[in-house]
Amino acid sequence: MTERYDVAIVGAGPGGLAAARAAASQGARVALIDAQAHAGGQVWRKDIEHGWPRRAQACIPRIVEHPRIHWLAQTQVVHADAGALLLENETQAWRVAYDTLILANGARELLLPFPGWTLPGVTGAGGLQALAKQGWPLHGRRAVIAGSGPLLLAAAVTAKRHGAQVLGIYEQADAASVHRFARGLWRWPGKALQAVSLRGQLAGIPYHCGSVVREALGTDTLQAIEVETPRGSEPLSCDLLAIGFGLVPNIELAQMLGCRLNEAGVHGRVEVDTMQRSSVPGVYAVGELCGIGGRDSAWIEGLIAGHAAVGAKVQARWLRRQRHAREFAESLQHHFKLSTRVRAMARPDTLVCRCEDVPLQALRGHADARSAKLATRCGMGACQGRICGSALAELGIFPRGGSRPPLFPVRLSTLGDPISNPHQGSCS
Amino acid sequence: MKSYDLIIVGAGIIGTACADVASAAGLKLAIVEPQAIGGGATAAAMGHLVAMDDDPAELALSHYSLQLWEAFTDVAQIEYSRCGTLWVASNENELASIPAKLARLAAVGVHAELIERQRLYQLEPALAPGLAGGMRVLREAVVYPPGAARHLLDRALARGATLYPRQATALTRNGVELDDRSMLSGPVLVATGAALPRLLPQLPMRQRKGHLVITDRHPGIVHHQLLELGYADSAHGDADSSVAFNVQPRPTGQILIGSSREYGSDDSAVSMPMVQRMLERCFHYLPGLRDLQALRIWTGFRPVSADGRPYLGRVPGAQNVWVAAGHEGLGITTSLGSARLVIDQLLSQSTAIDASPYDPARIAA
Repeated sequence: MTERYDVAIVGAGPGGLAAARAAASQGARVALIDAQAHAGGQVWRKDIEHGWPRRAQACIPRIVEHPRIHWLAQTQVVHADAGALLLENETQAWRVAYDTLILANGARELLLPFPGWTLPGVTGAGGLQALAKQGWPLHGRRAVIAGSGPLLLAAAVTAKRHGAQVLGIYEQADAASVHRFARGLWRWPGKALQAVSLRGQLAGIPYHCGSVVREALGTDTLQAIEVETPRGSEPLSCDLLAIGFGLVPNIELAQMLGCRLNEAGVHGRVEVDTMQRSSVPGVYAVGELCGIGGRDSAWIEGLIAGHAAVGAKVQARWLRRQRHAREFAESLQHHFKLSTRVRAMARPDTLVCRCEDVPLQALRGHADARSAKLATRCGMGACQGRICGSALAELGIFPRGGSRPPLFPVRLSTLGDPISNPHQGSCS
Repeated sequence: MKSYDLIIVGAGIIGTACADVASAAGLKLAIVEPQAIGGGATAAAMGHLVAMDDDPAELALSHYSLQLWEAFTDVAQIEYSRCGTLWVASNENELASIPAKLARLAAVGVHAELIERQRLYQLEPALAPGLAGGMRVLREAVVYPPGAARHLLDRALARGATLYPRQATALTRNGVELDDRSMLSGPVLVATGAALPRLLPQLPMRQRKGHLVITDRHPGIVHHQLLELGYADSAHGDADSSVAFNVQPRPTGQILIGSSREYGSDDSAVSMPMVQRMLERCFHYLPGLRDLQALRIWTGFRPVSADGRPYLGRVPGAQNVWVAAGHEGLGITTSLGSARLVIDQLLSQSTAIDASPYDPARIAA
């Protein structure tokens, strides 16, 4: 079965939502595709107790119920070729053909290996938020939030709201950098307000700069951590450690489509012009895919792409807002740059590939990731190198590799059953 | 200029097998390989060790090689798994072809058995209903090809061989030139598979693209390496594209699914229509696999000689240039025997099996 749309959008976070609303407002028939049950992406993930954040609540229901937007929840894009996507959900597989495609499939957490990071009780900072919002019980559990960037504050707020006792936030950037970042926030009043609000909700929770978790300790599950602060190394008993070192753009789909990447950083991002057009005609990219920029960049870029994709006028003031939002992202990257201490956390026996249990020392002597993979299975497991590949790139061990089909694990029937009877898809 | 008793160009399964034999014979050895060890067709291969019986020369070489593989059954890196091969007959015609196969295999000393229909389902309950029976070759196995290449190379290096991680750009009057303009002198053995024409354009070589799909870990569903009896028609036919049922249980619990064959496609991209055909064929025999998760799809290129048999021996018209290449889909199985055959000839020793069917002179003449 093939469904045809004017615009197909992959990812229903702020970027995809804004693009869908914009394209539909111009009369286009839109498919909005996301792997999650609810729209919102990572940043606006729906909380089963508390619902969507206020701003998301105001727009999401109207977008997913829009008569010209076909909302495809819990749907994975498993393959892409010229002009069509192969989709799969729990029960079926089908193809979606499009005139224009807007990629808004965001970013994933950068997980860096350190001793004990695979213990139950250790999660990513974003991972903890996602688990809490899906109902993972946190009540009364002693949580430590560590890593880098403002996402740590958001994770701490979520943990606290779900009843965790947050013992502290450990930021790797030094105090001087964090203060310079905070002093520059006046340029983005919305961000400044958000920071003040987050800090207000975290009153009484200590925030330590220049601090790195050296080790997570425990036999079967996390019992304590060893954290190195400017005052020295100290042990700390806890039940949960949420640790986030930033985000990595999910470029695999763009790579499969042949979009040119900006290779300036170790993780790669999709190269776009001011209208969010990629190097492939008819394919746009917005938000984190074009470089980690956060919610505001994603929203305004979605708005621009949604109009440009259907040939509608893009207003000059949106382009000004787009530049302004991207400047915030640059400030963020600059002030929360990962220190060399973070890159030295893994020991020779620390697992790098947790799918296949490969320690760092096994990679020694290999010229590149592929050679190491063939000899050690590093990156051959279920995540297909998404986690270890990004970590190894960040640590400067091997450059990241290319996209490997399929994009996600996929039912064999999706690949092997003939897809017949092409017909025009209908909107809900 | 560095001088060697033998310079092997290419460190796939064939080049490394030759390096192992040559270094064991005491030759001062150089191995030239710019890419990952066993990183070409070797890494893309399924790694089955199987005797193909429809060409007597191929059967002799595969049987000879299978015996040599017995020396590597306990090397962890090679992941030797003696799962046996079960050839599946989908109808009475195919079943009727089995006694002749059994006789051909028995003639060279390979033990195989006819499997009645009921026994087929006892051995492999996941097979689709309505199949006629099969033939089992109990002692056959699967290996992990890049691990095998690495192991064979490491043995040669431990005996003093030198690895040059460079591209060989040209054959010279008495050796090879590397991409840093340095020269190595000595007899040369070219084992570069599908890339053979770059150094030996006089020996025809075509690429035959294949696709493979590997699943997540699902142990216990399939026990033997399974092939359809029509496999040889796909492997040896000359159709532009064909698919055949070939499934392996890997020691990891994953299931490796093949196979496809295509001429005329030099693009390594995955072709979804070809994957679809290949899996549809697989579901015909193993319908229960439809619900399993595929982790990865990849492609590779089999090196195919002018007549389907590998070139093993001295390159006609060239002084001191030897070749071992063109094994199509049987390179892993026949690597160890091919290496013995070439190195024995190079050392002017008698060969264990008749080498003439593989003599490159048959083509260049």
